[in-house]
Amino acid sequence: MTSPRIKERLIALILLALVLFSPPLILMMDRNPEAGLSRLPLYLFLAWALVIALAAWLMERQSGK
Amino acid sequence: MAVLGIAFGYLGLLFVIAAWGDRRAEQGRSLIGSPTVYALSIAVYCTAWTFYGSVGRAASSGPSFLLIYLGPTLAMLMAPLLIRKMVRIASAQRITSIADFISARYGKSSSLGALVALIALIGITPYIALQLKAITLSHAVLVNYPQAADMRLVDESFWHDKSFWVALVLAVFIILFGTRHLDASERHEGMVAAIAFESLVKLVAFMAVGVFTVFVLFNGPGDLFARVAATPELAGALSLEAVPGGAVGWMGTLVLAFLAFLTLPRQFQVLVVENVDERHLKRASWLFPLYLLAINIFVIPIAMAGMLLGDISGNPDSFVLTLPLSAGLDGLPLLVFIGGLSAATSMVIVETIALSTMVSNQLVMPLLLRSRRLQLGSRGELAGWLLGIRRVAILLILLLGYLYHALIGDSYSLVTIGLVSFTAAAQFAPALLIGMYWRGANRKGASLGLIAGFLIWAWTLLLPGFAQSGWLDPGFLDQGPWGIAWLRPYAMLGLEGWDIYTHSLLWSLVANVGLLVGISLFSRQSPLEQTQAALFTEAMHPGLMETSLWQGQTTRGELRLLLDRYLGANATARVFSRPDASEDDLPAPPALISRAEQALAGALGSASARVLINSVVRGEALDLDAILSILDTTSETLEVNRRLEQKSNELARASEELRSANERLRELDRLKDEFVAMVSHELRTPLTSIRAFAEILHDSQDLPEEKRRHFLDVVVHESQRLSRLIEEILDLARLESGRLTLNPQRLDLVILARHSLDAVHRLQENRGVDLEVDISLDTAWVVGDPDRLEQVIINLVDNAGKFTDDDDPRVLVRLERHKDHFRLAVEDNGPGIAEGERERVFEKFHQIKHSGSQARGRPKGSGLGLPISRGIVAHLGGRLWVEDAPHLGGACLVMEMPEAPAAEPEET
Repeated sequence: MTSPRIKERLIALILLALVLFSPPLILMMDRNPEAGLSRLPLYLFLAWALVIALAAWLMERQSGK
Repeated sequence: MAVLGIAFGYLGLLFVIAAWGDRRAEQGRSLIGSPTVYALSIAVYCTAWTFYGSVGRAASSGPSFLLIYLGPTLAMLMAPLLIRKMVRIASAQRITSIADFISARYGKSSSLGALVALIALIGITPYIALQLKAITLSHAVLVNYPQAADMRLVDESFWHDKSFWVALVLAVFIILFGTRHLDASERHEGMVAAIAFESLVKLVAFMAVGVFTVFVLFNGPGDLFARVAATPELAGALSLEAVPGGAVGWMGTLVLAFLAFLTLPRQFQVLVVENVDERHLKRASWLFPLYLLAINIFVIPIAMAGMLLGDISGNPDSFVLTLPLSAGLDGLPLLVFIGGLSAATSMVIVETIALSTMVSNQLVMPLLLRSRRLQLGSRGELAGWLLGIRRVAILLILLLGYLYHALIGDSYSLVTIGLVSFTAAAQFAPALLIGMYWRGANRKGASLGLIAGFLIWAWTLLLPGFAQSGWLDPGFLDQGPWGIAWLRPYAMLGLEGWDIYTHSLLWSLVANVGLLVGISLFSRQSPLEQTQAALFTEAMHPGLMETSLWQGQTTRGELRLLLDRYLGANATARVFSRPDASEDDLPAPPALISRAEQALAGALGSASARVLINSVVRGEALDLDAILSILDTTSETLEVNRRLEQKSNELARASEELRSANERLRELDRLKDEFVAMVSHELRTPLTSIRAFAEILHDSQDLPEEKRRHFLDVVVHESQRLSRLIEEILDLARLESGRLTLNPQRLDLVILARHSLDAVHRLQENRGVDLEVDISLDTAWVVGDPDRLEQVIINLVDNAGKFTDDDDPRVLVRLERHKDHFRLAVEDNGPGIAEGERERVFEKFHQIKHSGSQARGRPKGSGLGLPISRGIVAHLGGRLWVEDAPHLGGACLVMEMPEAPAAEPEET
């Protein structure tokens, strides 16, 4: 975690997560086709998994070096 | 009864694991020294509120339950930046709890620490009650099914209430494993191991219900969601419409969960105090979010399934139990009950330890120390006192939780209590987070901010909760107190339409942050506050650890006595590296005072430690200016360091250059010595023969004329040789001193070269050298001194002739144009000159040493010809160098002269 590049990437990831979990995108995902359930939970889980995968990649790749 | 047996058996297992963890820690083979265990211990965040309440919340408020876990995900992503700093500070300052942290940041203020402890106690006790309630409720559901578990707690005597006994067993557990050591920095390894195990149990139990629901009760997720979609009442259940407060409520809950994750006393305990290695944060920063994802993935399917199945499922908060029960299973409901039990007990254990530490260090000890009632006679007695206080505090906290649960637990749903506690804990966030990054935040601002935030929280969440429980007249909720409408708890200042938690969070944080920042901007910090603020904000500064903060004076003996009295002999021995008391009259060094204060802080909290140290240390306690100047000059120091490094690099380079220059000088000196010896020899040889022959001529008058003539020839010849040598030395001296007089004029190098070659032709022929000439140019006009240039050419050819091959000596002279220069190249077919030697042949007195035959070992000239030639050519604006001979394979000396400017024809 000493390298500033890692720090920058981590901050970028936090901002990405914040955008993914916040209203403009949330509202868009909630707008569902006439019939059926909201896709919001599915979207949330996928975005969540993506963020975790990116964080794991960032942290483990760096500690492996 | 079987259920109870299994439940208490499970608690017994926890005892075993914790005891094992403690034993391993004592042996130095820690169980918890792994990032995975650390991540699992953080999962104490998932309480019974998660285990049972998430499904209930999903059923009533759609996807908003996820926010409780997305907030911590964001916080954990920041772990390598934010939590790492907290861990660093906590280990440097020996922080024991979040109250201690905040108190230490604001000048080790005991009043602020007490305030935080009090708010935590009031805000968190309901949360403990919630866990006990969940245990009772889940047991009732399990035992009474299929009848509804709607028994009233108040109707039963407490000895029938299972949660009373659970609370009691937990109290024993916590006392055994939470108060083994006085020093919080020694950590509760056994307890952390047990918590990590419980996190695994609850995850496995919840996943088991999820898999059962989706794949056994239904035919996979496709089937389940198809049936949900076909049920009109459930159509909007998963959309944002179901979230209280809509988009605003969404953001509010996200922020709330983010802040609470960092400020809940139990989270602070596992994240910061129990952290054994800050490198664990890297793994935990993604592994813990993954845990949250896993434990939440089946929440929606279970909630939807429960709602589809209708009546047989009962209360949504109990779906996880009732779904497997409705299928007539025995084992799975029991596993679920154990999972819920582990979720509840882990939370109660950690929270109670955190709260009891706060109560003893921030509330009771400062009072005892201040009142001076505490007369400690014998050594180490305080340790017993402190542990006693903590044990009593543990019992009282659990009892308080139980009372809360028994008295008003019925009126709250699980979720409500959780978010109320979250909002209370979030009040610590401004003082904690702003204090870590803004040096100007001060104690007054933090205290008033906390008080204001707490009061608003109480007004907007706690009292309305009481009102809804029937303890208060609920009239003020709608009309406001005494009819003042803008004070309505759920619509402060007329802000309506928000969900109550976001509403409460907004107003409490606005007041909290506003007061903290505003008052800090307009009031002063005490010196101690300034120092602590600097230590906290600059915690990542690498030079900080070594800085000694004490300047006061005391003796080693007094310090030893103090530690002995409060911490006992073992801790004292750890602080004083040498056990003997012989130096007790000597003044204690600052580093020792710092260590002593840290040891006290680790047991008593920083505020009490400061009071105790001040009681024996006289004089200015802190070298404030020194520490502040260190911190203020951080960047300056770094810059100076950088420049110093640069300078030392330059210095190293310069000294390297000096060294090599020195070597060259030595070499030159050596050459000069050799040369002087050689020149002396050369001068002596002709002189000796001249003298010898002259003496013969002088002494022997009767020499035949022929012989006399021969002797005279020799004398003349040797004299010429002598004067030539002297001429060369003089030339060299002139060249060196710049007094060589040249006579530059336009001349044709072709003519000059031919003329020079004619002069040496005979000589070379006599030596047997085959001299070839290749001059294809008609004219080659240059500017030069004809005599000197001729001297150079003759010298080059003569020189080449000396180094030719012995058997077939050949020399080639070429004159050609190269761009606007003329090059005269003299090649020989000798051994050539090695790459490294090429420049050195132009050194004065240099003699090429031949590795080959001995016959060539003797230098063939004075070694002055080439340096003189190069000096002349350079003076005339040309160059002279050595390269490989392209035709003959030996050495090739090239003289290059610039072409003369276009000449007027009449001049030629």
